[in-house]
Amino acid sequence: MGVDVAIRFNLNGRPQTATTDPERSLLEVLREDLGLVGTKYGCGEGQCGACSVLLEGKRVFACRLPASRAEGKSVVTIEGIANGDSLSPVQQAFLDEGAFQCGFCTAGMIVAATALLDEKPKPTDAQIIAGMNRNICRCCSYPGIVRAVRRAAGRKEG
Amino acid sequence: MIPRHDWEAESLRAVGLTADYDEPVDLVDYRFADVPAADPSRREVLKTLGAGLMIAVAADALNAQEPARGRSPQRGRRGGGGGGGATTVAARVHIGEDGGLTVMTGKVECGQGARAEISQAAAEELRVPIDRITLVMADTGLVPDDGGTYGSRSTPSTIPAVRAGCASARALLVGLAAERWGVAPSSIDVQDGCARDEKGDRKLAYADLAADAEAAKALERGVSREVALASVASWRTMGVSVPRPNGRDIVAGSHEYPSDVVRPGMLYGKVLRAPSFGATLESIDLAPAEAMGGVVAVRDGQFVGVAAASTSRAEKALDAIAATARWSTAPHPSSAELADYLRTHADGGIPANPFADEVARAAKSLKCSYDVAYVQHVPMEPRAAVAEWEEGRVTAWVGTQVPFGVRGELARAFGLPEDRARVITPDFGGGFGGKHSGEHAIEAARLAKEAGQPVRVVWTRAEEFTWAQFRPAAAIEAEASLDDRGKINTWRFLNINSGASSVRPPYRVGRVDARYVRSAAPLRHGSYRALASTANTFARESFMDELAELAGADPLAFRLDHLDDPRLRAVLTEAATRFDWPNRTKSKEPGKGVGLACGTDKGGFVAACAAVSVDRDAGTIRVDHVCQAFECGKIVNPANLLNQVTGAIVMGLGPALREAMEFSDGVIRNASFGEYRVPRFADLPTLDVHLLDRPDLASAGAGECPIIAVAPAIANAVHRACGLRIRRMPIRLPNAKEEA
Repeated sequence: MGVDVAIRFNLNGRPQTATTDPERSLLEVLREDLGLVGTKYGCGEGQCGACSVLLEGKRVFACRLPASRAEGKSVVTIEGIANGDSLSPVQQAFLDEGAFQCGFCTAGMIVAATALLDEKPKPTDAQIIAGMNRNICRCCSYPGIVRAVRRAAGRKEG
Repeated sequence: MIPRHDWEAESLRAVGLTADYDEPVDLVDYRFADVPAADPSRREVLKTLGAGLMIAVAADALNAQEPARGRSPQRGRRGGGGGGGATTVAARVHIGEDGGLTVMTGKVECGQGARAEISQAAAEELRVPIDRITLVMADTGLVPDDGGTYGSRSTPSTIPAVRAGCASARALLVGLAAERWGVAPSSIDVQDGCARDEKGDRKLAYADLAADAEAAKALERGVSREVALASVASWRTMGVSVPRPNGRDIVAGSHEYPSDVVRPGMLYGKVLRAPSFGATLESIDLAPAEAMGGVVAVRDGQFVGVAAASTSRAEKALDAIAATARWSTAPHPSSAELADYLRTHADGGIPANPFADEVARAAKSLKCSYDVAYVQHVPMEPRAAVAEWEEGRVTAWVGTQVPFGVRGELARAFGLPEDRARVITPDFGGGFGGKHSGEHAIEAARLAKEAGQPVRVVWTRAEEFTWAQFRPAAAIEAEASLDDRGKINTWRFLNINSGASSVRPPYRVGRVDARYVRSAAPLRHGSYRALASTANTFARESFMDELAELAGADPLAFRLDHLDDPRLRAVLTEAATRFDWPNRTKSKEPGKGVGLACGTDKGGFVAACAAVSVDRDAGTIRVDHVCQAFECGKIVNPANLLNQVTGAIVMGLGPALREAMEFSDGVIRNASFGEYRVPRFADLPTLDVHLLDRPDLASAGAGECPIIAVAPAIANAVHRACGLRIRRMPIRLPNAKEEA
């Protein structure tokens, strides 16, 4: 067990300090120490994307990222995606399309889609599929998710 | 008045289900020391919600339970099957003096849409806008036991029960208005939550009913089946696409799943797993964990677990003691020998074909064997439970499809009367038939008892792959004979190990011997979306194509020639027409093929056409297009149904093409998403889903049936594309490479 250290980073727009074993995953620190449970554990192997968060605006798998790697960086979780009480366009598009069934993958999907649209504001379907392919939905709401990303990008039906 | 069980049976019969339907599950039989025998006859009323009607609710929820005496641990659970349901109106709907309408159900929401559809049912019969309904689901302290959430039963069984309960409440409102106004009940209409007289001058709201002590008492009376339910033609809230009521919480990330529940002082638990199936713990030293400080470690029989202030600390503690454990192992068959193993261990041996003489005399006959692998459900949320003890009572927040069953498991494991265990199931992250048990709740509760603090246990993905129940593997033997006109005249079909769902053919096939034969299942198994129906439909529909070829007939024409059921004919014709079957079978493009299949399960009717690209050199099969028609009676919620059907097709691509548990020496060898490939975005075919609405027919569930036709349609398409008949599921070319 490593010695606890203070990790300072920006979390959802606010300065945050977490004093912890720096080898613990960012996912565990978010969920267990900081009370942000919107980011999910799905596999712990960086295969399913349920734990996706934005690190310096890029999507990372928080389950595989040591918390120390957040030092001095900005982290945005699903809780920081919305603008106060109003949903982000990606969240609103997922809601409007009903792009979920159990919803357990949805936070990670929304984070991944947010990063994708930041990089490619008008993605083609092929780019949506490639950009989202590291996220798993076991209910297989994939068609609805593709529609939601299109909608968030302001595209009409494919 | 018809007794509740009778009318439940009646509504189930309308969609072809039996009232005693249940699903198998191998429960984990934890045996703890010093556990007194439970006294199931002892009952206390839970005063969970304080004053008012809720007390009656809680009492009713308890009374609805049958004590399970003298049952084996494998079968010894309650809360499965149909459950007792609500015996009084108050048990189903609570009317607040502020007019708040709280509807209660024992069903769970795990993505299948029960929260929306049951809310629709309540709003329809109470005649209120749906946003006035607060639906409380799956809290054994508050809700009636509506049975486990499986078998596609929520639609045919729970929705009618909720409608009857809510319609009874509406009738009481009408009755009170009639009495107060001195008019005939028939002159009163209920709209927007208010009873109104003919002129609309006088109004009486649900709040007035709750405020009237005499009238409120009437809510404690039985649910009336005499009360008229809204006719399909008059539906306002049912039959339309209502979104999931808590959808905003889902996209905001604020919905609390079982693995998100936090209790004051809560610790994180980890459980020691055996190194292989069947291994027995001989000794272990807990001292290394106890020396860590702040760690609770417990051994109780074969159970060993730890709890600490964080998951990683608990993992370190577990690793430290696991290193000291000594195990005795047991031999275990491997997945490579599974097909033979299941046949060799068939209960009573594989029976001879009773129509052997006819087969010998027949113009043509065919005998084929099919194999279906074990698969895992791998819901996105692994098994998760938080348990807390207070004054000898345990409360557990559990991801499960069977909350009342898990309450029984907890009671048995800890020697409690059932009213001292309460299970709360928040909407959770996927079930697919895989969460029929509560071992994770027992694990959390055992650790919480030791720690004297609440404990959360969330299984890792590897634990979920290894220790959760599997969809059973199947070995299937099919044999049929054709007469000289190319019609099937004998049919024998044996499912070894996986079950009887859809084991009988929907076709006219002369003399039939179709049945399920048990075997010695090497893995812990239980249900899965559509259970054995997927295996049986895969084998039967593959076999039908082989017979069509033998008869020199087109697969569609051959099926229609043997098919009387108008509903199955309708979906088959619809799918084939939409797919343009006659023209697409003419294509001779190398490596491309089309196939079709149909079937029926749990009151639903499905047909699928698939187009595939096969690359023999690369060993790959790509599904390009699936066109599926589905019918389950009157559609309750079109958008939700489309989600279910689409999701089932895509989910079905996994076991159809890739998913298979690999195991040897009692160890699962592909217990990760990296090694066990589930469908992803890149696997999406063009999807073409056609829902047939039948307002004249009772609504059946749709979570399962739409998964059964896709695999055989693919197998048949692969055969047409490359000439290879693959009689195994997953359908893989001989030179297929592992792809992750």
